[in-house]
Amino acid sequence: MSSTGVIARQFDRATIIAFACIVILLLVGAAEEPAFLSPKYLLQQLHTAAFLGVVATGVMLVILLGHIDLSIPWTIGVGGMMATGATGFLGPEWGITLAVPFGILCGALIGAVNGLGVAYLRAPAMIFTLGMNAVAQGLMVYHTGGFAPQDRATEFMRELAVGHLFPGIPNPLLIWIIMGGVVMFMLNRTTLGRQIYAIGTQERAVFLSGVDTRKVVMICFVISGACAAATGVLLAGWANRSYQAMGDPYLLPTIAAIILGGTNVLGGRGKYVGTVAGVILITILQSMLSVVQPQRYFAQLGIDIPADTFRQVVFGVVIIGMLLIYGRQQLVR
Amino acid sequence: MKIAFGSINPGPALKCIVSGVRVSAAQRGILIAMLIFTLMFVVYGWKQAAGLTPNMINTAANKGALLALVAMAQTLPILTRGLDLSVGAIFVLSNCLASSVVVGGPVATTLGIILVLLVGLLCGSINGVIIVYGRLQPLIATLAMSAVYFGVSLAIRPQPGGSVNFELADFMTQSTFAIPHTALLLLLVVVLIWIPYRRSVLGRASFAIGSSEQAAYMSGIPIDRAKILAYALSGLLAAIAGILLTAITYSGAAKISIANEYTLNSIGAVVIGGTSLFGGMGSAIGSIFGAFVMRTVGDLLIVFDINPVLQPLFVGIVLLVAVSLGSLRVLRIKNKLDIYR
Repeated sequence: MSSTGVIARQFDRATIIAFACIVILLLVGAAEEPAFLSPKYLLQQLHTAAFLGVVATGVMLVILLGHIDLSIPWTIGVGGMMATGATGFLGPEWGITLAVPFGILCGALIGAVNGLGVAYLRAPAMIFTLGMNAVAQGLMVYHTGGFAPQDRATEFMRELAVGHLFPGIPNPLLIWIIMGGVVMFMLNRTTLGRQIYAIGTQERAVFLSGVDTRKVVMICFVISGACAAATGVLLAGWANRSYQAMGDPYLLPTIAAIILGGTNVLGGRGKYVGTVAGVILITILQSMLSVVQPQRYFAQLGIDIPADTFRQVVFGVVIIGMLLIYGRQQLVR
Repeated sequence: MKIAFGSINPGPALKCIVSGVRVSAAQRGILIAMLIFTLMFVVYGWKQAAGLTPNMINTAANKGALLALVAMAQTLPILTRGLDLSVGAIFVLSNCLASSVVVGGPVATTLGIILVLLVGLLCGSINGVIIVYGRLQPLIATLAMSAVYFGVSLAIRPQPGGSVNFELADFMTQSTFAIPHTALLLLLVVVLIWIPYRRSVLGRASFAIGSSEQAAYMSGIPIDRAKILAYALSGLLAAIAGILLTAITYSGAAKISIANEYTLNSIGAVVIGGTSLFGGMGSAIGSIFGAFVMRTVGDLLIVFDINPVLQPLFVGIVLLVAVSLGSLRVLRIKNKLDIYR
């Protein structure tokens, strides 16, 4: 097998369309504002995309299994708030040192409960993770309501989110690249990866092949929770503090990025490169909307429409539109 | 065919006998939800210092009816083995719209109500058309559309505010002879929408689709129309809930937290009401009681002096327990292979 073949196989139709859309978006944007093609802007976009990319990485594994994780908004919140509030649990000394692992561990715990419910109790993932989202929300509200927790990010978290270990590459981007590399290797080259795709296609067949499928499902949910919490940690470092609804704007973009990248919602199919394309596409779309500001044109016509309207409507319409192009299900008849 | 569909439950023939009367699984779900609700409400009234006053019952009915309507809206797509994550957004959209158009004299108010209901119906129909003809997953399609509906409600009402026809609003939220008008509204919706739907060809078709879409297709059941109708009626019911919210709060507000809360709680209410999340079995009447159970959880927190900020936690736990109880069948399965799809 030639190495070009290996690379070419990573690019399916959806991935190519998604990348093409990115280029078209940038070119259209550049016609209006040439700064859209400057390396500084592009790097800045990749920096923002990394936050979404990290959480999407975990959720993608769950979607490949044919399940879904709707608990990400508050798992992100848990990650951020537990990392900044770690001193309240671990004492002032350890709380600073172990803030990041503690936040991620709490996210992994939420993932583990999700995995328990979905893999072992066979509860529908959609509903179980939605319930878990509410539970995480309740716990966090209690956490902030009971006593005043530390919500400042530590020095290390700040460094993780805005610093540059290598000049030119922001740390979140570096984290996303490393994480993406590991997951790509895992999906393509390890037994676990093969098992994930196989379970998404037909779990029963995988079980009959002697695989403990429940363990695989469990692992994926734990990774998903940990990734979401990692995004929360990064976001807390970025904003220099954690707050309750910090994960709320991430549910739709995360799922949209994965689906736009060509991953089948029913599981079994999808390439990580596609998710990367989807994440970048969503990030650039969001950035374009805030730069172009379509509400100004309406304001000239005397119609006052809030900016958020466009973000929401364009978002929904773009996702539906792109899915209609290549996300349609086969007719099972 | 006629026998299978004539009984309440066309799904698997899970029958149990309660004091000599045979009830279907769906009826059993309704009974259990009613029982839980009655128990919880009795405890609530007993712990309440003033006892159960008509005023208190009225407040409880108003809060419960809101969720009950949204839960009924959620039931219809779930019966077809779908899901509607946009019920909360349609609910908020109708609230925002109603706070702008359900004002003025009797004629203007009536026209306003009709407009809101039509918009709800339209939103639901859009969902249905996208899911049926676009062949998209209901989960993703309704999640994306909920962003659109919420965006539109923001455009209608960037800041909370607006008004409503106060006479109508007060009439909707009062009670006569200790019977809350909202309870009558629920009864009206059941009699005028749910029962005719349940007995219509397309309504029965939606149950068949939920049980097995392939078998339904093979039997020549109008799948496409039945699915679109289910989503369209779902939008209509959510719009009725939106009007009721406007009557209760006298205003409209485009808040994503309200949309999310109602979407989540509606699914919880449907599960508690005994409707199968795998489709084909259940009833909107069960969802009404499920909704009242969910609401009473919040009320119980207050009388037991538990911090009300913990409400999402308890609602989440109730949902998780309800879903996990449904999965107890895993323990009964003898052939391990049947656990896996």
